[in-house]
Amino acid sequence: MLYREAGDFKVSYQADQQTFPIRFDRLFFWALLASAYFVVPFFINDYWANAVLLPFLIYGVASIGLNILTGYCGQVSLGSGGFMAVGAYTCYKMMTAFPDLNLAFCILAGGVTTAIVGIMFGLPSLRIKGFYLAVVTLAAQFFLVWMFNKVPWFYNYSATGMISSPERTMFGYAITGPNATPAATYLFCLTFLVVLAFLGRNLTRGSVGRKWMAIRDMDIAAEIIGVNPLMAKITAFGVSSFYVGVAGAMIFSVYLGAVEVTEAFGIQKSFLLLFMIIIGGLGSILGSLVGAAFMVLMPVLLKNIMVNSFGWAIDIAAHFEFIIIGGLIVFFLIVEPHGLAQLWRIIKEKMRLWPFPH
Amino acid sequence: MVEFLYGIEVVINGLMAGVMYSLVALGFVLIFKASGIFNYAQGVMALFAAMTLVGVQEGQVPFAHLINSVFGTQYHHFGWHINAFVAIAVAALVMLLFAYLVERYILKHLVNQEPIILFMATIGLAYFMEGFGDLMWGSNIKTLDVGIPQGGNFWIEEKTAFLGGEDFYGFYLDTLDIYATVIAIILVSTLVLFSQYTKTGRALRAVADDHQAALSVGISLRRIWVIVWSIAGIVALVAGIMWGSKSGVQFSLSLIALKALPVLMLGGFTSIPGAIIGGLIIGIGEKLFEFLIGAPFLGGATENWFAYMLALLFLVFRPQGLFGEKIIERV
Repeated sequence: MLYREAGDFKVSYQADQQTFPIRFDRLFFWALLASAYFVVPFFINDYWANAVLLPFLIYGVASIGLNILTGYCGQVSLGSGGFMAVGAYTCYKMMTAFPDLNLAFCILAGGVTTAIVGIMFGLPSLRIKGFYLAVVTLAAQFFLVWMFNKVPWFYNYSATGMISSPERTMFGYAITGPNATPAATYLFCLTFLVVLAFLGRNLTRGSVGRKWMAIRDMDIAAEIIGVNPLMAKITAFGVSSFYVGVAGAMIFSVYLGAVEVTEAFGIQKSFLLLFMIIIGGLGSILGSLVGAAFMVLMPVLLKNIMVNSFGWAIDIAAHFEFIIIGGLIVFFLIVEPHGLAQLWRIIKEKMRLWPFPH
Repeated sequence: MVEFLYGIEVVINGLMAGVMYSLVALGFVLIFKASGIFNYAQGVMALFAAMTLVGVQEGQVPFAHLINSVFGTQYHHFGWHINAFVAIAVAALVMLLFAYLVERYILKHLVNQEPIILFMATIGLAYFMEGFGDLMWGSNIKTLDVGIPQGGNFWIEEKTAFLGGEDFYGFYLDTLDIYATVIAIILVSTLVLFSQYTKTGRALRAVADDHQAALSVGISLRRIWVIVWSIAGIVALVAGIMWGSKSGVQFSLSLIALKALPVLMLGGFTSIPGAIIGGLIIGIGEKLFEFLIGAPFLGGATENWFAYMLALLFLVFRPQGLFGEKIIERV
């Protein structure tokens, strides 16, 4: 009888709007956070950090960002890969131009620049809707990647056209570069994710978020009740791009260390993020994280099973991975179009009522 | 003068490239009109069709790699070479079967979902087919040869050489592109005739107009969907043959689907002539832009994004495309 709340006796809006109305959830959340901060860093090794935890944390940030735009404000974007590249390259330019600057500040600067670029590409959203907008954001994707390839200033005229991050420290620990320890990079990314997820959750349930949702549900009605569509869409594009840019900067500086723009931030990344939020659940912060975890873990798991247990060739495993991912996406859409977050909500309702479902 | 003639050559080549885009865009329009589904998998369908064609023609054993890996055998080829026409027929049959399976196992379950969900489902389908195709036929780059001649057309080059002076050698046109144009014209006329003058064609148009009304006069939506996906599969096969002969059957084929999107933007999602004209505009536009501005001033490779930028600018002023139905909204 752990999962209980005794009746619905909320007397204030504050209680009604709680993120974790059930005590068990609240305790579980704090326990999870505490173990993430105080237990995991002692057991983490290179494999876990690079294959599972870092990608999860970073893609978590990015998918929260995309979810704000697509899930909360209803504007489909296929340009996330390009926006990530903006974050990464800004971060790189800041890191190399101002060597004394704090790494966190470089990453945030990447986010801010991306927000500005995102707003620029978001402006047409006032006239263009739905699929048309999705395709227009492809313009951002291809143009930005092309630009970072063609303008040597962005990659500091390096011969390979790649950018690689110099070593930077936080509190005396190396976060980027070859000397970074898994625990330090993990804690760094975790902090970013926790802060940004907290911000995201509070933005989306505040007045800004309610405006976004109003625009998503019906833009005409939203305008009639006094939501300014221009401001709502622009803020959604700005905030979302900020998140995506921060994630891009982290992928470059902390996770990969060196990137080549077409490979790291191509159109595949845009789709990957879209999958995450669709599978996780549109319009849900928890869903973004679950989706990110799913899309990061599944390939690792499949590869482990097929290559290590069955001993299949790697290319066959890769083909199967495509088949299974595609199949799972279709399967999830058929079974539960609102994603894993909705599934969790249903389970939660059931658990609250158990064992008397009526 | 010579500059000008080269300009014309660029325009003509752009037109030909545009025809190729139109071929892919056509498949999109067909499905979008009939079911409101934006079929991202169209490009992968073209890839899959071309792979199947090559596989059948060369007598490859399907899933050879997997079978060999699991049972330790060494099967690769049946050891025959099939006539191109027979192989095309087999590939077409496979696409028909594919259409049926898609309807049976995916679309049927997703009726009445939001467009974005359906769109995502087709992306999932695209992933599935990509992996499946690679598993079935191998992921190496294949050459596709169904007997369409390739390379520059000397006849046209000779005949047009007199237009310029000493430095001008005549227009360089790829024979394959000329064939593609002719085939595209035949394909589009057939489709138009089919949708105008046959009973099934009328049913297709009815469904495109209004799903519910079509249902209420006794048109089976599910049958229509199978038909539409079959036609789109055939169109994908044609596009796959053309692109495959041009640049080899490889993964990048599936990305031409993305290039078809701005074509649709310009032409409007619901118009077959729009798809054609949009394709031509994009084809000419990107070739001319590369020729006049991209290569001299911007470092080249502008073809990657020009089409999307054009679509973006265009849509800001005319959100429904050139020939799309007028969307009336007041926000």
